[in-house]
Amino acid sequence: MQKKISNLPFKGTPEQEAALRRIIADNAHDKSRLMAVMQQAQDIYGYLPIEVQAIIAEGMGVPLEKVYGVSTFYAQFSLSQKGQYSISVCLGTACYVKGSGELFNRLQEILGIGADECTPDGRFSLSACRCIGACGLAPVLTVNDEVYGRLSVKDLDAILAKYN
Amino acid sequence: MKTVAELNQLRAANLKYVVLRKGAEALKDANPAGKRNVLVCGGTGCTSSHSDAIVERLRSEIKEAGLENEVSVIHTGCFGLCALGPIMIVYPEGSFYSRMSEENVPRVVREHLLGGKVCTDLLYQETVNSDGSIKSLDQTDFYKKQVRVALRNCGVIDPENINEYIACDGYQALAKVLTEYTPEDVIRIITDSGLRGRGGGGFPTGRKWALCAPNKAPQKYVVCNADEGDPGAFMDRSVLEGDPHCIIEAMAIAGYAIGATKGFVYVRAEYPIAVKRLSIAIREAREAGLLGKNIFGSGFDFDMEIRLGAGAFVCGEETALMTSIEGNRGEPRPRPPYPAVRGLYESPTVENNVETFANVPQIILRGAAWFAGMGTEKSKGTKVFALGGKIQHTGLVEIPMGTTLNEIVNEIGGGVPGGKKFKAAQTGGPSGGCIPARLIDTEVDYDNLISIGCMMGSGGLIVMDEDTCMVDMAKFFLEFTVDESCGKCTPCRVGTKRLLEMLDKITRGEGTLEDLDRMEELCQYIKANSLCGLGQTAPNPVLSTLKFFREEYVAHVVDKKCPAGVCKKLLKYEIDPDKCIGCGVCAKNCPADAIQRTDYVAPGHKLASMQIDSAVCVKCGVCMTNCKFKAITKG
Repeated sequence: MQKKISNLPFKGTPEQEAALRRIIADNAHDKSRLMAVMQQAQDIYGYLPIEVQAIIAEGMGVPLEKVYGVSTFYAQFSLSQKGQYSISVCLGTACYVKGSGELFNRLQEILGIGADECTPDGRFSLSACRCIGACGLAPVLTVNDEVYGRLSVKDLDAILAKYN
Repeated sequence: MKTVAELNQLRAANLKYVVLRKGAEALKDANPAGKRNVLVCGGTGCTSSHSDAIVERLRSEIKEAGLENEVSVIHTGCFGLCALGPIMIVYPEGSFYSRMSEENVPRVVREHLLGGKVCTDLLYQETVNSDGSIKSLDQTDFYKKQVRVALRNCGVIDPENINEYIACDGYQALAKVLTEYTPEDVIRIITDSGLRGRGGGGFPTGRKWALCAPNKAPQKYVVCNADEGDPGAFMDRSVLEGDPHCIIEAMAIAGYAIGATKGFVYVRAEYPIAVKRLSIAIREAREAGLLGKNIFGSGFDFDMEIRLGAGAFVCGEETALMTSIEGNRGEPRPRPPYPAVRGLYESPTVENNVETFANVPQIILRGAAWFAGMGTEKSKGTKVFALGGKIQHTGLVEIPMGTTLNEIVNEIGGGVPGGKKFKAAQTGGPSGGCIPARLIDTEVDYDNLISIGCMMGSGGLIVMDEDTCMVDMAKFFLEFTVDESCGKCTPCRVGTKRLLEMLDKITRGEGTLEDLDRMEELCQYIKANSLCGLGQTAPNPVLSTLKFFREEYVAHVVDKKCPAGVCKKLLKYEIDPDKCIGCGVCAKNCPADAIQRTDYVAPGHKLASMQIDSAVCVKCGVCMTNCKFKAITKG
């Protein structure tokens, strides 16, 4: 899977870096915890730019190419920035047969962005996800942590309006 | 806790908190704490529709009504009938409130909990008889054919309270194993029960343990595969959310049987509730001495850790999962050596799926013969299915092996909604195939499904109706496998990509009949030559749709039509000028400005009708959804 890499400059704060270094210090004794460190790093920064990967590589004592290899292998790791509101449309089978593909296409049209992209104003980013397990509510999408279910294309404008 | 006697004491002391939920028989000689238990589903499905808010509101209203000593509110795992969520059940009546809302809470507290009168209009209507009396839940179509073994405690106990699990015979199996059985006894019981791997492969669990047990090593491991990657399958998540202690107990039993002292649970990071409850359960078990050193004074040590996945489907493959736990890209390794010989950290390892483990404590307590008494000749016990797609009762069901697809879809699942026709059921996710309507009487077990080119998989069962295009479905699954192929071996990395390109060509109306034969040939090649299960099974959705729905492929290729009306390139939207009243709503909503007004005014109408320019149309279908006069057709 090709990953979109952020073209916006990295803007990490010293507080974020300090938090990351604490996590690395807690885990550096066991190299097999690399993924756990990367997951927590993503919680701090929202994504894993190469600058953050370099700190992890140095701190955990593994080559940067290994960190990069892991970050590009797993779908959860994002190399591009998320918007203030991150929209994620479930394209799992149960949602797909109930029309989530149409929701996803329509959102791309409305927002004018493609998958894994962020609107120029930084407000919305859009991605597809695989089954969040709320199949009883299919088709579903999430905006940050809020779940919207039993949707049709008609509902999209009203949902977006809540965040504008 | 140091002894079995202490465990039994704890069970006796806590029984009063759960006995209200156990039915009239159990209540006879019991002395329950309080008068009522209100159970609210805290599974992912119901949490997504805000069951948390219902719990909070219930607690505050109950307090206000002065009922806190009489009524306890329990946040449980999944009840199974996710389509009706959020769900709330009040015991001892067993009243099943469906699509519950926070606004209805004060009324239920006032009328039912305080006044003793069930709010029948808020119940799941199938549980209400015509005379207004309530039918018990196990008499409803959805529940009556179910046999709950793996899901026994889901939706019954509070998963964040170890005492409730203990009150329901929790950790009794571990106690029995450690004090009465040798490791060989345990393996023999599991072997005799006929339990097979529930993750999809169906490998006999007892044999897996027996292969690992004799291998000597300083450290051996038990791994629980909770990387439930099949989209549309959520049984493992529900077990972890609803009954996490049973997995801990089963892993400790497996550890004793094979001589391992360390366990790992590899869970998808997308399952935050499951991870949280499992973490709480592990902590509670440690504090109670049920994990750690010298469990029940037997000299057996066992402890475990959680590792989070990061969204890679291939990590459901056992060797890839182990590579991932070690902190690497989750690429599979060639077998042999099998994990039983050299697995996690190069040590002998047994890896089982969540649902497999969930059966183990019950088999130990109730005996191999009891378990082997359920199911078919070669598939024993029960299987949990996640019903999804075009089906009335979306949710989780557990049924004896050998139940027919017809019973699952039409009786338990309530059939296809909207009067549409059942077309096929898809099992096994991206590795599985479709069972067409004409085989609806197939008895579902491992071997029957394999014999028709399908597979059990982990238990996702997606129902499709006449509006589902089978070519598009095959393409959907191939897009998934192309995305998820780890890239290590060429047949899978390149082969699935070429297969997807051919499917894409067909859905664009550019395919030929020769493409169908070439696709079949390529499928066989990928199956025969891929390194791991992902590649070996990736062609299944294509092969099974080609086998059962070849005429649909032919329609795409020869007639350039998509019979289900899904493949956009083959679609045309048209406005019937005589039905169109010219309101213009379609044109206003059209994202591509493809709709214009004509000069034609139909008899009886005031405005000229609209028309779609098919060269500009992006076939989004928004016009059709918005037309109140059903004047727009697609074909």
